[in-house]
Amino acid sequence: MCSLQRTITSPGDASLVRDSSLVWLASGIVGVSFGAVSVAGGLPVWVPVLMSLVVYAGSAQFSAVGVLIAGGGPAAAATTGLLLNTRTAAFSLAVAEILGPGRTARFLGAHLVTDETVAFALAQPDPVRRRRAFWISGLGLFAVWNIGVLAGAMAGRALGDTARYGLDAAFPAVLVALVLPAVRADAVVRRCAVAGGALALAVTPAVPPGVPVLVALAGLFLYRRRSLEAGS
Amino acid sequence: MNATVVVILVLALGTYAFRLVGPVLRGRVEIPARVEELASAGAVVLLVALLATGALAEGGGFAGWARPAGVLVGVALAWRRAPFVVVVVGAAGTTALLRLAGLG
Repeated sequence: MCSLQRTITSPGDASLVRDSSLVWLASGIVGVSFGAVSVAGGLPVWVPVLMSLVVYAGSAQFSAVGVLIAGGGPAAAATTGLLLNTRTAAFSLAVAEILGPGRTARFLGAHLVTDETVAFALAQPDPVRRRRAFWISGLGLFAVWNIGVLAGAMAGRALGDTARYGLDAAFPAVLVALVLPAVRADAVVRRCAVAGGALALAVTPAVPPGVPVLVALAGLFLYRRRSLEAGS
Repeated sequence: MNATVVVILVLALGTYAFRLVGPVLRGRVEIPARVEELASAGAVVLLVALLATGALAEGGGFAGWARPAGVLVGVALAWRRAPFVVVVVGAAGTTALLRLAGLG
């Protein structure tokens, strides 16, 4: 278990790559559709390509491009995207320790903080595996996402409506598979997550996209109360 | 520089700033164990909220029956401790089949 070889190749990496590859595949196809949708909407090829490299956040990209195509104006496009990405600040706190000790690891790793990589990393049982899961899933996802977007932008609308493949159900299912162990093991976390999820669903029809998930963080009040009780 | 480039740059810089919050704080200040505990619980809460809204909602409205049905199959499979591949393919496959059958 504890040989130095672990830092170079670890037997667990194969399973990390296998599980990640499914997310890569799904993200790649979503990336293709992002490129295709953008170009079909009248944007030049470089817009989705550049956006995917430097923004690198699927849902925010879709909504920003959606606003641009709909003629909503640059300020609205940027605001919507930023609102959707606010949650990455909370995610970056959760994985800060996982990224690695060096400056390069921290500044490079920060760009790879996405819903999927955070869920993947936090689902692992020990710190070493968490770090490997983050970097393996993160670097792969970055590569596949950007290649997919480029391909989609070049190919145009060839793929058609990706809803046909049920990919919109794949992402929530990925999250289910990754968070279920944590939710199952810890009653306090479960209580917070259920309350937060219910709250997010309740406010979804009334608030702008991106806000419901942030509202869910109010579920953490239950966590604090519980742990103070336990501490006293 | 046109407006589209400005949108992309603002979005990129803002997003990266959000993503740097954790790593930068970690280097500068000592984060109490309680806060760290809360941060990882917060991540789970965010992910559960993401999966709940992602399964049921689309643009502020209901996403239709096919998607939540697929995700529910995924939940059932994950609950029975099915392998990751089975959970994800089962969910996407169910949704795709339901849509093929004409269910929104």
